[in-house]
Amino acid sequence: MIYFNSFIFAGFVCAIAQFILSKTKLTPGHITAIFVCIGAFLDVFNIYDKIILWAGGGALVPITSFGHMLTHGAIQGYQTEGFMGLLGGTFDLTSAGITTAIVVSFFLALIFKPKD
Amino acid sequence: MEKNKYKNIVDQNTPKENTFYDCLIAFITGGLMGVIAEILIEFYQNLLDIPFKSATVCMLVTLITLSCLFTCFGFFDKWVNFCKCGLIIPITGFAHATQSAALEYRKEGLVTGIGANMLKLSGAVIIFGVVSSWLFSIIRMVVGLI
Repeated sequence: MIYFNSFIFAGFVCAIAQFILSKTKLTPGHITAIFVCIGAFLDVFNIYDKIILWAGGGALVPITSFGHMLTHGAIQGYQTEGFMGLLGGTFDLTSAGITTAIVVSFFLALIFKPKD
Repeated sequence: MEKNKYKNIVDQNTPKENTFYDCLIAFITGGLMGVIAEILIEFYQNLLDIPFKSATVCMLVTLITLSCLFTCFGFFDKWVNFCKCGLIIPITGFAHATQSAALEYRKEGLVTGIGANMLKLSGAVIIFGVVSSWLFSIIRMVVGLI
């Protein structure tokens, strides 16, 4: 059942994004930025945590989960260490993804030549 | 008269974008990405005995590495052109943007090319994410104090 839920949720998010992309003149960069902001907003009152419980991996793979993790880390940091924890905890959960993306693409760019 | 003719020819030859068809493809491919993510999480959790929090991180790392590799082999661009938001909105789009910028600016040198331009496309995600999450956690903090 959780596979079905994750299919529905991830597909729904992508379809909304595609609809915005087709109907307006926004670029994919705008749309990913908007969706990150939506994800960050949904975490303020722990709505996104419930969605993750419901949809599992389907809620973790869209870019909205990136915003969710940023806010989640910041709030977690604030609850343990106060205001400085809010600043220090922002990247707690997302750093693995960002580090992997940067390191892997750096080394692969050294090896591969661009295709035209 | 000439302008009208020209406009007609342009209208005939621009490829028609069917919104419903595009949305359907984005729905199916995005949903498949979600199912793959769930399968990976279950795989790491049950077969390798990793706790849920770390399994999600492993899943993200796997997907990012795979999409970087596929971008380098050259066929991920075609997939993105076909699926559009079905692959841009999942974390694969972030990795694809980083990797293609790094490949494109490779010839301009290590520091001024890769270093300066790698986050050219995906930097928007990080910057807007950090700014909005800072704002929202401040709001949460103020609400908690009241």
